[in-house]
Amino acid sequence: MIRAVIVMNTQGKPRLLKFYEFQPPEKQQELTRSVFAVLSGRPDNVSNFVEADAIFGPGTRLVYKHLATLYFVFVFDSCENELAMLDLIQVLVETLDRCFKNVCELDIVFNFNKMHTILDEIIFGGQVLETSSERVLKAVEEISRLEKSSSSVSFVPKSVSGRFGR
Amino acid sequence: RSEAPIPDPFWASLSSSSMAATSSSPSLVDTLFQRSLDDLIRALRSSSSSSVLEAAAIARALDEIRREIRSPDLDTKAVALQKLTYLASLHHLDMSWAAFHALELLPSPSLPHPRVAYLAASLSFHPSSTDLLPLATHQLRKHLAPSPPTPPPSWPPALHLLALASSADLACHLASDLLPILSGPLRPKAIATALRAFAVCPDAAPVLFKPLVDCLSLSSEPRAVSAAVSAFCELALAAPDPSPYLPLAPEFYRLLVDSRNNWVLIKVLKIFARLAPLEPRLAVRIHDPVCQLLRRSPAKSLVFECIRTVLSSLSDDDAAVRLAVDKIKEFLASDDDPNLRYLGLQALAMLGPAYLWAVEESREVVIQSLNDTDTNIRHEALCLIMGMLCESNVVEICNLLIQYAMKSDPDFANEILDAVLATCGRNVYELIVDFDWYVSLLGEMARNPHCAKGDEIERQLVDIGLRVRDARPELVLVARDLLIDPAPLGNPFLCRVLSAAAWVSGEYVESSRNLLELVEALLQPRTNLLSSLVRAVYIQAVFKVVTFSFISFIKQIQAFDTKSSADRNAAFESENGVATADKAVIFDSIDNNETIKHESVSHLLDFVETTVGPLSECDDVEIQERARNVLGLIHIIRETRYWDIVAEHGLTRDKKISEIVELMEAAFSEELGPVSTNAQKRDTVPEGLILNENLSDLAEILGDIDVTPCTSILFSLRCHHPTETKEDSAPVIEPSSLLAEHRKRHGLYYLPTEKDEVESNDYPLASDRLLAVSHVDDAKDIVKLTAQSFIPRKAKPTKPRPVVIRLDEGDGVSSSGLTMVKEFKDDLLSGAIRNVLLGNESKPSSSRDMSSDRTSRRGENDASNNNDLFSQPKESNALDGREHRKSSSRKSRHHTRHKEKNGSPGNEDIEETSHRHSTRSSRHQGRHKHRQRGDAPPDVVSQEPVIQDFLL
Repeated sequence: MIRAVIVMNTQGKPRLLKFYEFQPPEKQQELTRSVFAVLSGRPDNVSNFVEADAIFGPGTRLVYKHLATLYFVFVFDSCENELAMLDLIQVLVETLDRCFKNVCELDIVFNFNKMHTILDEIIFGGQVLETSSERVLKAVEEISRLEKSSSSVSFVPKSVSGRFGR
Repeated sequence: RSEAPIPDPFWASLSSSSMAATSSSPSLVDTLFQRSLDDLIRALRSSSSSSVLEAAAIARALDEIRREIRSPDLDTKAVALQKLTYLASLHHLDMSWAAFHALELLPSPSLPHPRVAYLAASLSFHPSSTDLLPLATHQLRKHLAPSPPTPPPSWPPALHLLALASSADLACHLASDLLPILSGPLRPKAIATALRAFAVCPDAAPVLFKPLVDCLSLSSEPRAVSAAVSAFCELALAAPDPSPYLPLAPEFYRLLVDSRNNWVLIKVLKIFARLAPLEPRLAVRIHDPVCQLLRRSPAKSLVFECIRTVLSSLSDDDAAVRLAVDKIKEFLASDDDPNLRYLGLQALAMLGPAYLWAVEESREVVIQSLNDTDTNIRHEALCLIMGMLCESNVVEICNLLIQYAMKSDPDFANEILDAVLATCGRNVYELIVDFDWYVSLLGEMARNPHCAKGDEIERQLVDIGLRVRDARPELVLVARDLLIDPAPLGNPFLCRVLSAAAWVSGEYVESSRNLLELVEALLQPRTNLLSSLVRAVYIQAVFKVVTFSFISFIKQIQAFDTKSSADRNAAFESENGVATADKAVIFDSIDNNETIKHESVSHLLDFVETTVGPLSECDDVEIQERARNVLGLIHIIRETRYWDIVAEHGLTRDKKISEIVELMEAAFSEELGPVSTNAQKRDTVPEGLILNENLSDLAEILGDIDVTPCTSILFSLRCHHPTETKEDSAPVIEPSSLLAEHRKRHGLYYLPTEKDEVESNDYPLASDRLLAVSHVDDAKDIVKLTAQSFIPRKAKPTKPRPVVIRLDEGDGVSSSGLTMVKEFKDDLLSGAIRNVLLGNESKPSSSRDMSSDRTSRRGENDASNNNDLFSQPKESNALDGREHRKSSSRKSRHHTRHKEKNGSPGNEDIEETSHRHSTRSSRHQGRHKHRQRGDAPPDVVSQEPVIQDFLL
């Protein structure tokens, strides 16, 4: 199964953290730090796999992709194929790109909920469910449509920014 | 922020509208306007320049959230929870205190509210930390309630929570609620949830397993098939014994042949790789489809999985392995993709020693990979090379690797050293034939500027000294080179190596060529850079050297004296009764080769006295004590009457001298041997000794005694020290006899060498001879290795392997721990699944506690499933109302268990009839026509023929 999905920027700030095996907050911080320590030491143009036994326990591996200012990291065990995981990162990135039209770090920063919605369509409870970014996109759009129709009131009615514009 | 406390009702009535107001609202703005998540993120970003600012911003936000989240207004609460979730997830705050507020939002009719609540819950809830989880049961059930035709939007998040945070109780209670979803459009998610439910609650397996198996059928939606196969892959790979999944092999085989989905194929291959060792015929069956995929598939991920399957499950099939190796070569040759090269090397490493030719063919790539910029690739290449080591090539490869380590970066240099040390030291140096070479290699390793493996080098240097007698002269030479060089003294990583070198040159001083040089090295000024413990070892070595040189000198004179008398040998032997044979031989050799002059010994003593003298005042007790020992010895030697007189032959006439010689010899004559890891076990506990007795009484007794006699201090000169309060130095005779007694007492631990050698007779002396080492002069070029073969060759004989002392089976073998707890849990699950698949319907007790109507419904499902899949039906006529117990086809080991449960072996008939009944009620009878064929008598059918029917 997939143990964790981590998106962090090149300064080590986490942008999306999802652990499919429960980790208490301090542990999450520690894991994120160790992953960043490993990744930041790796030059470009090297292989995308890292043995993660020391960080996530025996038999785990980590595959990552460095895109612009972000690291996309998947942690998985022997039930997953290494190259398939690399493809799955591509699926996630592609979906984000289509969803946000030329995705950049800022989109990910400001769309916490949507990021989780997208990720949950691709990976669910550590299992890969969907590998077509088109279908993921459709499902995500359907969810936001339902959300809108279900609450006629704006979700954040009392927001300062909502009242006075930006 | 502190304001005059206003009574709650009053304030609440003021702000009774939809405002987010609570009793402690500090300012009007804060109560009127709530910051949204975006506002919060913006605030955090503007303060992210310094960690102090950021922490303040987070603290402020947290204050707000604590206030807002208690608001009766659900929107306010939802936004607050959303903000809190964000902070908890990305700023690692604890949000367990807000668990109840998340639960409060679950029943909200507005869809975004439960979604926010579920997101918060799935990120932060866990049975181990959230004791409120049972409160969610009801709401989860409501959200999962079947509502055809379209699934309500509350399903996915509810499932998500269940998948990530469910406890055993929750999973058991809600397992039946998953059933309708497992056949609906949200199947994939439900399958993933069911998988997690199995993990926490094996009792859920009987309920959920059949729908999961159904999802494998061709008619299912492709995504459901994919999810189901992943689930089975997860289950089979995690189970300590995957045999319960064997009956599903035909389904997986069908998918392997028919499916065009790479994701599904990868998972199916993984399942087969796990199942194949259990059932040899499976390997035969999957051979063709796997090879087909290997040849045809353009997807590298699938090809890699095929390679892995072939190497693990079809490794006996030469053609398949050949094909896989060709594909591996393609991977290795992909210059532009380091991932493929890395995985290719990993695949090579999976090949067993039987396929050395495959590595041999890719030798060049492997060696060149040592130079790769990618640390992963270098690491894999190193592992591969280490795996190829054998007696005949260990010398050349290790030489080159160590030279390569000299010029590579620190991390990799240490990785190389580590690998070489581990491989060469494996199983009491089984690879090493030429210990002289290996000992000098150890010395070379210590010279590596990046060397941080001092501890292991130290261990091996000492260990070889203890175990391999023939290597000692070379060991002493290597130690001398290390000790003489002043450079390593400043390197903290090497002090352990130096400690070993000092010990070796002290213990085996008889192999030393120049004693004065050795003592000078041991006492050079830069030794004050060493830690006190290592320095203590140095001084102890000096002590041994001084003892040795003195004894040799006296022996020499005695030998000279006795030469004139006729029965020289007899006298010599009688005098040397205490010494072991080999020492006597060495004294003889000294006697023959070189003569020790009185001046040289005297000079040595002078030198030692002047350099060690100041150390007797050292702060550190270890150094001080040993320095005093040395000085004490010199003092005793000097005190002998004839020492200062140059007339050498007078010396032997002094009885005291021969006494001293005898004592000194007794102190150091017995050889130290390696200590067996099981030595302690062999020692029998004396009668009346209770090992676990509390020793607290001892403190009382010890409290009365001010100074306990210290027997470990030998030849102490403390009486000469003005401030010394302890008793006078003991007579020479006493300490040394104490030491001898100590050794005698602990003879069980320091196993005598003679005995070891007798034991080691059963260790096969390596008959293989060492290859004449062709010295590569320009060894800097690592690629030179490519010219040499990894394959073991018949080597020319040079010299036999020396005796290496091995103590017993347990020596050097570390026991591997097993995680019993996890296995137990897994066994529960696989037991439950075996029950479902193989038709044993006796359920675990806790599932019986559920409401009776559900149990009966489920029981029927199960039974039809079981029998449908695995029984071999005969004509069905009788209809028995009894509960279906199990299929009659099972006569394997589960049968005995079943019998126990039934209590009597005489109910075969009942089983027979019940089985028929279930066959008739089977819904899928038509689909599995081939299963109808088996009409073997029920008594003899075992588990295996079931599979045979499916597959062959």
